[in-house]
Amino acid sequence: MKRYLPFFIVGTVALVTIASGTMLYRAKRLPALAIPENSTTSAMGGTEMVHVRGRADAPVTVTLVEFGDFQCPPCANLSEPINQLERDYRSRLRIIFRHFPLPNHQHAREAALASEAASLQNRFWEMHDLLYREQSVWSKAPDVRVLFSAYAGMLGLNIDRFRKDMESEQAKARVTSDEQQAITLGVRTTPTIFVNNHEVSHAYLNPAGLRGSIDAAMRARTPVSSTQ
Amino acid sequence: MNTSRFRIILYTLAAIVSLAGLADATYLTVQALTGETLVCGGSPDCFRVLGSSYARIAGIPMAAFGTLAYFGVFSFATFAAFRYARARAFFKLTVGTMFLVTLWLLYVQAFVLHAFCRYCLFSAALVFGLSAIAVLVPSSR
Repeated sequence: MKRYLPFFIVGTVALVTIASGTMLYRAKRLPALAIPENSTTSAMGGTEMVHVRGRADAPVTVTLVEFGDFQCPPCANLSEPINQLERDYRSRLRIIFRHFPLPNHQHAREAALASEAASLQNRFWEMHDLLYREQSVWSKAPDVRVLFSAYAGMLGLNIDRFRKDMESEQAKARVTSDEQQAITLGVRTTPTIFVNNHEVSHAYLNPAGLRGSIDAAMRARTPVSSTQ
Repeated sequence: MNTSRFRIILYTLAAIVSLAGLADATYLTVQALTGETLVCGGSPDCFRVLGSSYARIAGIPMAAFGTLAYFGVFSFATFAAFRYARARAFFKLTVGTMFLVTLWLLYVQAFVLHAFCRYCLFSAALVFGLSAIAVLVPSSR
C-alpha cells in the first residue's frame, strides 16, 4: 500500500490543482470579452459616433440608452446586469452608452477618454466592461494612465496608439458631445437610463426594475428616436 | 536524528513549500488567461510586470510554466520522501533551473521594468527556500 501512496498524493494534488484552476477561471473570466464581434459595434461618424451593443441588423423593439460615468459605483453595479439583459433579450434589445463623467469624480474623464481611445481600435465595449469591473482598483490609483495602458495591453490594443488617442481631439470631442447631449436632455446624475426615450425612475435602477421597464416598453412598442 | 529521517523531513518541507508556489502560480495563470487585473490591489508596479512582454513566452503566460515547475518539484519531493532515489536528482535539477529563471526574472523586474510584482516576489522567496532545501538535503551514498 505504501508503495502506491506517493502516486496517490501526486495524483490528488494534480486533480485538485486542475479543478480549482478551472473553477477560478470560470468565476473570473470576463464575459464581455467573449461577445461576438458581429454583435458589438461602434457606429463611426466623427463626434456623432454612438456606442451600440446589439446586432445592427436586428429587428430591435427596445433601445436602452445609458448616460454613465466609469467612476460612478452605481453605474458599475448596473454594468453586468445590463450586459445580462442584452444577452437575455438578444436581438430585441439594443444598448447605447453615452458619457457623462461627473466633475466630482477625479478620474472619470480620463476613463471616458480611455474608452474612446479603445473605441478607435474597435474595442470600446471591452474597455467599457473592464473599466467598470476594475473601478475599485483604478479609481484609487495615483497614476490611472499607467493602469489604463495596462488594460489596453490586456485587450490586445496597440498601446502607443492608445496613449496618443487618449490625448486626441477626436476622443475629447466624443466625450464632450455626449456631455452636451446629456445636459440638453436634463441629465444631472449617473446612471441615467432611458428605455425607448422614457427615463427610468431611479427607484427602478436595479436589475429587476430595468427588466420590468424593458418588458413594459416591449408591450407598448413605443417608437425609438430622439435620445439616440 | 539520522540522515534518512532528516532527508525525509526536508523533502516533506519542500513538498509543502512547492504547494504554496503551485497555488500562487495557478492563481497568476488564471489571472493571465482571464484578463483579470485585480492582482496586487491595484498597484501600478504589478500591472507593469504582469502586463509586460516578459510575462508571456510565445503567448503562454510565464505563470503557466511556473505551475508546471512547482508541480514537478512537488512530485519529485514527494517521491524522494518515499525513498525513490531517482526523484532526488530530478528534484535538484528542477529546483536549480527554477533558481536560475528566478534570478533572471528578478533582474528583469529590477533593471528592465523597474517594478516589482508581489506575487512574483513571493514565488521568488519560495524558490530560494526550495534551493536552500536542495542544498541542505544530504546526498545518498
